[in-house]
Amino acid sequence: MGDAAIHKSHSAEFAHQFEDMEQQREAGSLGMWVFLVTEIMFFGGLFACYAVYRALHLQAFELGSRLLYVRFGAVNTVVLIASSLTMALAILSAQTGKRKSVVMSYLVLTMILGAAFLAIKFTFEWHHDFVEHLVPGFGFQIRPEWGNVSNQVPMFFCFYFFMTGLHALHMIIGMGILTVLTLMASRDRFNEEYYAPLEVTGLYWHFVDIVWIFLFPLLYLIGGHYAMRGGH
Amino acid sequence: MSGHVVPVRTYISVFLALLALTGLTTGVAYLDLGPVNTIVALAIAVTKMLLVILFFMHVKYSSGLTRLIILVGFFWFAILVALTLSDELTRNWTPVPTPWGLIFPLIRGLL
Repeated sequence: MGDAAIHKSHSAEFAHQFEDMEQQREAGSLGMWVFLVTEIMFFGGLFACYAVYRALHLQAFELGSRLLYVRFGAVNTVVLIASSLTMALAILSAQTGKRKSVVMSYLVLTMILGAAFLAIKFTFEWHHDFVEHLVPGFGFQIRPEWGNVSNQVPMFFCFYFFMTGLHALHMIIGMGILTVLTLMASRDRFNEEYYAPLEVTGLYWHFVDIVWIFLFPLLYLIGGHYAMRGGH
Repeated sequence: MSGHVVPVRTYISVFLALLALTGLTTGVAYLDLGPVNTIVALAIAVTKMLLVILFFMHVKYSSGLTRLIILVGFFWFAILVALTLSDELTRNWTPVPTPWGLIFPLIRGLL
C-alpha cells in the first residue's frame, strides 16, 4: 500500500497525511460540501421566512412580484448557467492537462459572465426599482392601485433585496476567489494531479447558481404574470 | 490523473437542458394554472438543481460519504421549513383559551 501510494503521488502538492492524491481530492471536496451545507441553512432561513410571509400575505407578494422584470431575471438565469458551464470546463481543462492559457481563458470567461450578471442586476434592475420608489427605506412609495394590501408590499421588496443582495454578495466573493485562481493558473500551479482549488471553487460557484435557480421562480415567476397584459 | 473526468459532451447537454428548462419555467409563468403554477415552478427548479448537483458538481461520481453529507443538509433544511410552516399555518385552527379569559369571569363573580 505504502509503496503504491508513493508512486501514485509524486505531485508537489501532495500532503503526507493522505493515502494518495485521490483521497486528498475527495477530502477537500467533502470539506467544501460541509461548508455548503452551512450555506444551505444560511440561505434556508431566508427561504423559510419567505415561505411564511408569502403564505400570510399572498396577494401583496404577487403584486410585488409583478413589479419585477421577468425578462432581466430570465436573461440573468441564462448568464449564470453559462458561467457554471465555463467553470466546469475550466476544471475539465486542468483535469485533462490542457495548457494554462486554456484554463485561464475559461476562468476569465466565468468572471466576465459573473460581472455581466451583476451589471444587469444592479444597473437594469436595482436602479430601476430605486427610480420607481420600490426600495424600502429609500423613498418607498405606496401606490393607490395596490388597494388594501398595500402595506404589505414593502415586505416583499425587503425579501427581494435581502435575498438577491445576499446572492450578489456571494457572487462578488466568488469573483474574488476566481481572480486568485486565475493568478495561480498563470503561474502553472494546476495539473492533472492537482486541481483541488479549482474543484472546490467550482462547487461554490455552482452552489451560488443553484440559489439563483430557486430565487428566479420564487421572486419573479409565481406572482401571476398571466393576469397582466402588456406589463413587464 | 485523479478524479472522474466528465466528457465535454455531457457538460454541453446539461447546459442545453438547463437552458430549455429556464425557457419552459418562464413560459409556464404566463399561463393561468392556479396553484399549479407554483408547483410547476418549484418542480422545474428542483430538476435544474439536480442536474447542476449531479453533473456540474460531480456528485454522480462522488463517494457515498459526500452524498450523505448533502442529503443531511437538505434534510435539515426540510425540518426548518416543515416545522416553521406547521406552526405558522395552523395557528388559527383552534381557539386558544387565554388565561385572562378564564380569570375575568371569576373576578366579576367576586365583585
